[in-house]
Amino acid sequence: MAKKASATAVANGKTNGTNGHAKTAPPLVPRISDIGDSERLPVLKTYKIYIGGKFPRTESGRYYLLKNASGQPIANICKSSRKDFRDSVVAARTAQHGWGDRSAYNRGQILYRIAEMLEGRTAQFVEELQQTGLTAAAAKKEVAVSVDRLLHYAGWADKYQQIFSSVNPVNSSHFNFSLLEPTGVIAAIAPQDSGLVGLVSLIAPTITGGNAIIALASQTKPLAAVTLAEVIATSDVPGGVVNILTGDPAELTDPMSSHMDVNAVVYAGGVADQWTKIRTNAALNVKRVVSYDGRDWLSADGQSPYYILDTMETKTTWHPVGI
Amino acid sequence: MPSAKPEVKLNFSTDWSYAPAPESVKPEIKPRYDLFINGKFTPPVKGKYFDTINPATEKKLSEVAAASAEDVDLAVKAARKAYNTVWGKMPAGERSKYIYRIARVLQERARDFAVVETMDGGKSIRESRDVDVPLAAAHFFYYAGWADKLQYAFPGKMPTSLGVAGQVIPWNFPLLMAAWKIAPALACGNTVVLKPAETTPLTALKLAELIQDCDLPPGVVNIVTGAGETGSAIVNHPDINKIAFTGSTGVGKAIQKALASTDKKYTLELGGKAANIIFDDAPIDQAVEGIVNGIFFNQGHVCCAGSRLFVQESVYDTVIRKLKDRMKTLIVGDPLDKNTDIGAINSKMQLDKINHYLKIGAEEGGEVFTTNGDLPSKGYFCNPTLFLGCSQSHRVVQEEIFGPVLAVQTFRTVEEAIEKANNTPFGLSGGVWTDKGSKIFKVTSRLRAGVIWANTYNKFDPTSPFGGYKESGVGREGGLHGLSAYLNVN
Repeated sequence: MAKKASATAVANGKTNGTNGHAKTAPPLVPRISDIGDSERLPVLKTYKIYIGGKFPRTESGRYYLLKNASGQPIANICKSSRKDFRDSVVAARTAQHGWGDRSAYNRGQILYRIAEMLEGRTAQFVEELQQTGLTAAAAKKEVAVSVDRLLHYAGWADKYQQIFSSVNPVNSSHFNFSLLEPTGVIAAIAPQDSGLVGLVSLIAPTITGGNAIIALASQTKPLAAVTLAEVIATSDVPGGVVNILTGDPAELTDPMSSHMDVNAVVYAGGVADQWTKIRTNAALNVKRVVSYDGRDWLSADGQSPYYILDTMETKTTWHPVGI
Repeated sequence: MPSAKPEVKLNFSTDWSYAPAPESVKPEIKPRYDLFINGKFTPPVKGKYFDTINPATEKKLSEVAAASAEDVDLAVKAARKAYNTVWGKMPAGERSKYIYRIARVLQERARDFAVVETMDGGKSIRESRDVDVPLAAAHFFYYAGWADKLQYAFPGKMPTSLGVAGQVIPWNFPLLMAAWKIAPALACGNTVVLKPAETTPLTALKLAELIQDCDLPPGVVNIVTGAGETGSAIVNHPDINKIAFTGSTGVGKAIQKALASTDKKYTLELGGKAANIIFDDAPIDQAVEGIVNGIFFNQGHVCCAGSRLFVQESVYDTVIRKLKDRMKTLIVGDPLDKNTDIGAINSKMQLDKINHYLKIGAEEGGEVFTTNGDLPSKGYFCNPTLFLGCSQSHRVVQEEIFGPVLAVQTFRTVEEAIEKANNTPFGLSGGVWTDKGSKIFKVTSRLRAGVIWANTYNKFDPTSPFGGYKESGVGREGGLHGLSAYLNVN
């Protein structure tokens, strides 16, 4: 692995490519702190996973070497194991109760806080998205849409209930109403072709509704996912509500969809076999499954309250009316 | 020390007794029913029939066709053709009128339907007459009105129909479940292939006759009778767009798995083991009625039955004493008698299953209380039974029995009640009894189940969404929420 990165190399990377993807991405570790200081040895970032509000390495000790388009190594990425996933489920289940009990207003503010923190680290996300293949313009757009998406759901936190709940005019002397409650613990597999906005678009609606989530980042574009975990960790999101793993979807699809304490699987990985595996395993404990195949997460189709609805349950409560 | 109050006990040993009050209507039941495909009663391809019996007398009522995969295929073809050529294209307002017609004619024929339902399935005529049939008609009436209003149900979306819906329903509410399935499917512009349960096919077939009389276009509703293989042929048919199933969690899981490699939509309404929680500040007499209604309604053949009773320790003795007293007044017997509270168990197979659990419960320890009333010498009957002093690990606490059998536990704190209530893979329903409003909101919001009754139990309505959390199913039936199961909302 190269020890140093120069500002020139970064600049080269930024000028390449016209169709959203750089022909040659910048080499390893273009930290902002390096720029203009070619004599200084940069501090490399260790990309870790995010479980229960902490940043462990994978318990398995496995990693994979992430390379850029021209074959240069970028970073070692944790190859999470099924045990990492199980640990995440424990953290998520523990955290979900309290998160689901937070007021809608409070959840909305915390979603807003994630957006603020993400906005403030735009430069870092742009760099990391460039490293995994985007042009500067495309990377900037993806970060901007991601911030806006979080804001969109921050606003929904105290509104979706009014859209989807109902008072039911039953033919008897009862007051009867239906409202949404979080399904619980959600396992999500992010789209492979998106480093940030796809992941954000899966996480935001599920936690807006009060669920806890374990998300598996894009295998080929994991840098921004790990940095997103750092943003979430500093946004007043209780530990365990969001857990982010890196690794191989082909390996983790099975444990993620067969775990008996997972209530729903959200899949955007786009591989038919994996989706069938998820649908099959879902039958073990009647998991809810949702697939978002071929969505354009950068477009307006990537957001709506119906994404929140996908990981919610409808509860109906009856009470007699009388004296 | 205040002196102990003498125990007040109700005395039921009086001269008063109930004279028989049998239902007098003799509905028409044909000696044989064929499959209802493409608007006509059609003999099965392989020519096989099976008997349907009255579980209260063990006498044969009729014989019905056993649909093979070939018959199911014919039904699906008819449904597809009707969808493509008529029903899918019909103006929604016209569709609506057909469904209203079904509702109105069902109301007109209510008494016949109630009697046939009771004869074929064993439930008391009081329940068929007052619950099953009126609710079925109400369901058609409710969804009829949705047909031309679907765009208002999903803000920002223009929903479209799915195509052909394959529907498999259970034997506990045969006509009502048919209505729950058919009404929203038709309102949303789909056509239907429905299979009633093999022990209770008659009201679905009478509904087919009614649909014929209502002049619905041929193929819009197809009814195929048979057992598991027929259901499996529906689930696995490649030209069906959506599967709706109500039944056991075991079969539901098998269906979910079978559909994994397809892109069929599905809704599953599966088993339950609901907690009915009695707090010490509950209105005790009403709670006892709620316990009885929760577990003994329809012989306990109810997926949302309150089959786990949790009583706060401080009122345990009172509640159990009153419950036992009340149980002694329950009349078990001829389902066609209007005084009967608990009718016949639906089938020999189900009675064997309940008796198996009665044995297990006795072996697991704790006190067994049963009313030990005289049961009719013929037919399948079961006395209402309590298992007292159960613990969470008992099988009679964890597994769905689907009979008049109640597992009783105690608790001290609200938190303990919630913890125990949620300690189950099921999540269909629950009950909460307390006169304290804030406690109701707290507990009902913490119970992980789709339908919660507070200070009432086992109430149903077409406008009220029904369906489970966790292993009790996926999706909702009833109300606005029940529409999305039969629409593309993308």
